[in-house]
Amino acid sequence: MHRTPGSPLRLVVIGNGMVGHRLLTSLAEAGATRSLQITVVAAEPRPAYDRVALSSWFGGRSAEELSLVEHGFFADHGIEVLLGDPVLTIDRVDQTVATTSGRTLPYDELVLATGSRPFIPPVAGHDGPGCFAYRTIGDLEAIAAAAARPTVTRGVVVGGGLLGLEAANALLQLGLETHVVEFAPRLMPVQLDEGGSAALLRHIEQLGVRVHTSCATEAIESDGSQPTRLCFDGRDPLEIDLVVFSAGIRPEDALARAAGLDIGERGGVVVDARMRTSDPAISAVGECAVVGGRHFGLVAPGYQMADVAAVHLAATAFGAPVPRDRFVGGDLSTKLKLLGVEVANVGSVHDAEGCTSLVWDDPVGGTYQRLDVDDDGRVRAAVLVGDASAFGPILDRFRTGDAVATPGDLLKRAALADPSAPPDPSVGICSCENVNRGAVCGAIADGCDTLPSLKKTTRAGTGCGGCVPLLEELLRTESTGGRRGLCEHFELSRAELYDLIRVRRHTSFAQVIDRYGTAPGGCEVCKPTVASILASLDNGYILDGEQGALQDSNDHFLANIQKDGTYSVVPRVPGGEITPEGLITIGEVARDFDLYTKITGGQRIDLFGARVEQLPLIWRRLVDAGFESGHAYGKSLRTVKSCVGTNWCRYGVQDSTAMAILLEERYRGLRSPHKIKMAVSGCARECAEAQSKDVGVIATEKGWNLWVGGNGGMRPRHAELLAEDLDDASLISAIDRFLEYYVRCADRLQRTASWIDGLDGGIGHVRDVVIGDCLGLGAELEAAMAAHVDAYECEWAATLDRPDRLARFVTFVNAPDEPDPTVVFVRERRQIRPARPDELVGATR
Amino acid sequence: MTLLEADRATWLAVCAADDLITGRGVAALVAGRAVAVFLLDDGEVCAVDNVDPCSGASVLSRGIVGATVVDGSPVRYVASPLRKQRFDLETGRCLDADEVIDLWPARVVDGVVEVSLEPSRRGNGPETIP
Ligand code: SRM
Ligand SMILES: Cc1cc2nc3c(=O)[nH]c(=O)nc-3n(C[C@H](O)[C@H](O)[C@H](O)COP(=O)(O)OP(=O)(O)OC[C@H]3O[C@@H](n4cnc5c(N)ncnc54)[C@H](O)[C@@H]3O)c2cc1C
Ligand code: SF4
Ligand code: FES
Repeated sequence: MHRTPGSPLRLVVIGNGMVGHRLLTSLAEAGATRSLQITVVAAEPRPAYDRVALSSWFGGRSAEELSLVEHGFFADHGIEVLLGDPVLTIDRVDQTVATTSGRTLPYDELVLATGSRPFIPPVAGHDGPGCFAYRTIGDLEAIAAAAARPTVTRGVVVGGGLLGLEAANALLQLGLETHVVEFAPRLMPVQLDEGGSAALLRHIEQLGVRVHTSCATEAIESDGSQPTRLCFDGRDPLEIDLVVFSAGIRPEDALARAAGLDIGERGGVVVDARMRTSDPAISAVGECAVVGGRHFGLVAPGYQMADVAAVHLAATAFGAPVPRDRFVGGDLSTKLKLLGVEVANVGSVHDAEGCTSLVWDDPVGGTYQRLDVDDDGRVRAAVLVGDASAFGPILDRFRTGDAVATPGDLLKRAALADPSAPPDPSVGICSCENVNRGAVCGAIADGCDTLPSLKKTTRAGTGCGGCVPLLEELLRTESTGGRRGLCEHFELSRAELYDLIRVRRHTSFAQVIDRYGTAPGGCEVCKPTVASILASLDNGYILDGEQGALQDSNDHFLANIQKDGTYSVVPRVPGGEITPEGLITIGEVARDFDLYTKITGGQRIDLFGARVEQLPLIWRRLVDAGFESGHAYGKSLRTVKSCVGTNWCRYGVQDSTAMAILLEERYRGLRSPHKIKMAVSGCARECAEAQSKDVGVIATEKGWNLWVGGNGGMRPRHAELLAEDLDDASLISAIDRFLEYYVRCADRLQRTASWIDGLDGGIGHVRDVVIGDCLGLGAELEAAMAAHVDAYECEWAATLDRPDRLARFVTFVNAPDEPDPTVVFVRERRQIRPARPDELVGATR
Repeated sequence: MTLLEADRATWLAVCAADDLITGRGVAALVAGRAVAVFLLDDGEVCAVDNVDPCSGASVLSRGIVGATVVDGSPVRYVASPLRKQRFDLETGRCLDADEVIDLWPARVVDGVVEVSLEPSRRGNGPETIP
């Protein structure tokens, strides 16, 4: 049954629930369904539907309306689906699965997506007629049919947790007298604290639900056709006609157990962060899986698992290298409307130890709100009952780890954004669909001004719905304009503009100011900023057409303006390594044009005193000798300083010079919020001073340590260690991600040092994004860098080749041969320098 | 500037209108003086001294043209590329320092940019080089 070489990879997916289906749509989006032969085996008689919204079936939503499967999806992607045919066994040796109907399906890759099964307490009579679970549309159909019997007027839900209360609501809707019995002394003991449970209890009792807490069910008595009494330990029995169990869930791991896969302590199939079980040909996703000892009973982490598994399966199908995508976990925050009462929890109040609790308890209005913040003002947990409108802003802070100056305002539903903290476009808004703030804001700016259109465009809010308040808040704040503007023409920050330009693919300043600014206008702040963003995204020549008018003088002439209006020229010397011929060429050019020559602090050579009209002539000579622009003028990569490393130094442990050259040639020309400096040292002696650079690389016995956020200059800052012992490839992908993330999020003229200092979570956040890929941006950031690397061309050479581009390089349009009369040099130490005013009389031009 | 003065002005052709980029300038040599000529986004051309009095360098033509509001009225200016002081293109006044530069009447005739040989207003800029 093993795969014949050359035939498509056979993938079998067991379970077509919410997560199993997400796996299929992710594979389809990755274009992998064509390279796979997929069979899905489902126990339920219908394909995937929205289990989260299950209760709305009682409110009139049909099974079709709950379906998650787009019309024609399976056929379009060549997926075979076996409905109502549960898998019975897995044969790991033959790599086959056997279904109940007797089919045997061979697989090369198998995915378990079997979800959970309801936990039914083993009390006497639990399996009698009239006793139901609450998990599938089938369960609901059975409950509705039973409730329709004239002899059934009273129902009870066993379990006062989240799902139990949903079930109670269903019984109310079916017109039954409704009871809830809970073993614990209060409702929703997992999510809520005592105050929250008490507030919830008041609401629920007002609705007519009778709640019995501290009740241990012992037996269910029956008359043979339906239950009659629920009996407890030491309490009067309860007269009822129908029982719904909602006493928790257990991972559906029976197949995995029988197949001998590793099983978690409390059940569930053990998987690694790539979703692999103990058998490398088998993965597991969703509620049946246990990752890092945890079982996730919510859909958002399940979707994340499905996406990770899909990426790995797609790579296997394409024969691509193993992707770096990993499951990074999720939090268990939820917001629900239970029996019309809003209930939400963020984090867990049970483990918010050492926190300060702010509590707002209003028994009259029926609201209970508790917010736990730690000593640094960070949100650690919250419980909201009766009014959960603060859920979005609180969850936002909880996820970003932003400190909150006045936490009370959060409960008072104050502004979404702390005016002092720039909203980070990469902050996740919708964890189910993994949509970040930038994408939401982009869609809003794009004209999505209603919740439905925003959901349709971004997919945010289409999962658990928990982020909907946040979306609504953004709709309110973003449609009316932002707060900390770039300049008087833009109310948006650089990072926000960057995201909009990226998402909406704007290509000109005119479009951008028309759309988001006050036109006509622009100024010396917003024009170069937008020009830089356009350059970061487009990677093309920066001086053609309108962009030429936007650049700062330095970029405008691809050289650095000096105090007297002349320019300096800095050829790139990657890693500081230069041949004798190269040195001679630079020397000859400097001599022939009479330029002041200096070795810079960045391991290269600066030639000063060139007039505008001389620049192309100087470049021609340099370019012909193999030099290129060193971008000394750009907000872009400057130098990658190196030491001599293993080739010469007796201490060196890696070839630091080669790595420096590789990095310099990779990142040259990348337009960024500010200049970027790097260095590579060959050992811990650190001769290249890497720990004072934006990106510093230090060789170790095993590879490279990566430091980021260093700065010399005005406010020196020591770099921080981002990752250790990386091999060459992971070093480069980490730097790719770091730089692109910085380019995306930083403010105008913000070096990496102050950017990281200003980030909530600082280096930890950077590490989560770059190394942990917690925002799932890794691949996107690397792709952006790859586009830059591919498109790079030397700006000097690109100018020299084109007469239209050269036209600007004259001092006077109407007298091209006339030098600037105000430029006057004197000689000092056998080289030129600008004349001082007192030297002007008698000085030479 | 009164109409009378303008009519008497003698004009010097400096470049083709097509040579200019909106929002950017070029320098021209006019009566021995360096003059910065700009094309504004409403299609108008204007000219001012090229020398930035704050630095003494002949660089204003290489600055960025910007727009702002001063005392409720819109102002268009050029920001010096050296230290970013802004000069009002209509009055020659520096918005950030106590300096004034000369204005030079400019116009486009048959696709050719012309600058008057006489500045229309005397700032405290440098004397004409004889
Ligand atoms: C030429 C050089 C000094 C020298 O003679 O050695 C130099 C010259 C200038 N530096 Fe520098 N810096 C030079 C190395 C440095 C270094 C040392 C280094 O890179 O190893 C530093 C401190 C390290 C750092 O940046 O973290 C340095 C910190 C600055 C700063 C302050 C940056 C900061 O974050 O605080 C500025 C101002 C700015 O960028 O806003 C600056 C800006 C400048 C500018 C661009 C100022 C300007 O806008 O006109 C100078 C013009 C250079 C030109 O015309 O070519 N230069 N500058 C060095 C060129 C290195 C190169 O080959 O590219
Ligand atoms: C009433 C209710 C309300 C909920 N509300 C929320 C909420 O507000 N927010 C939230 O995040 N989550 C909520 N959940 C949980 C959410 O529905 C689950 O997290 C999600 O459905 C898990 O997806 P899954 O694919 O792992 O499992 P499931 O959706 O359960 O799918 C598993 C599928 O596998 C099938 N299967 C099992 N064994 C086999 C076999 N041997 N062969 C073939 N098929 C098999 C099952 O029949 C099932 O269809 C709710 C759940 C319920 C029941
Ligand atoms: S950093 Fe280490 S390898 Fe490099 S030159 Fe210094 S001592 Fe030698
Ligand atoms: S967070 Fe679940 S739908 Fe957005």
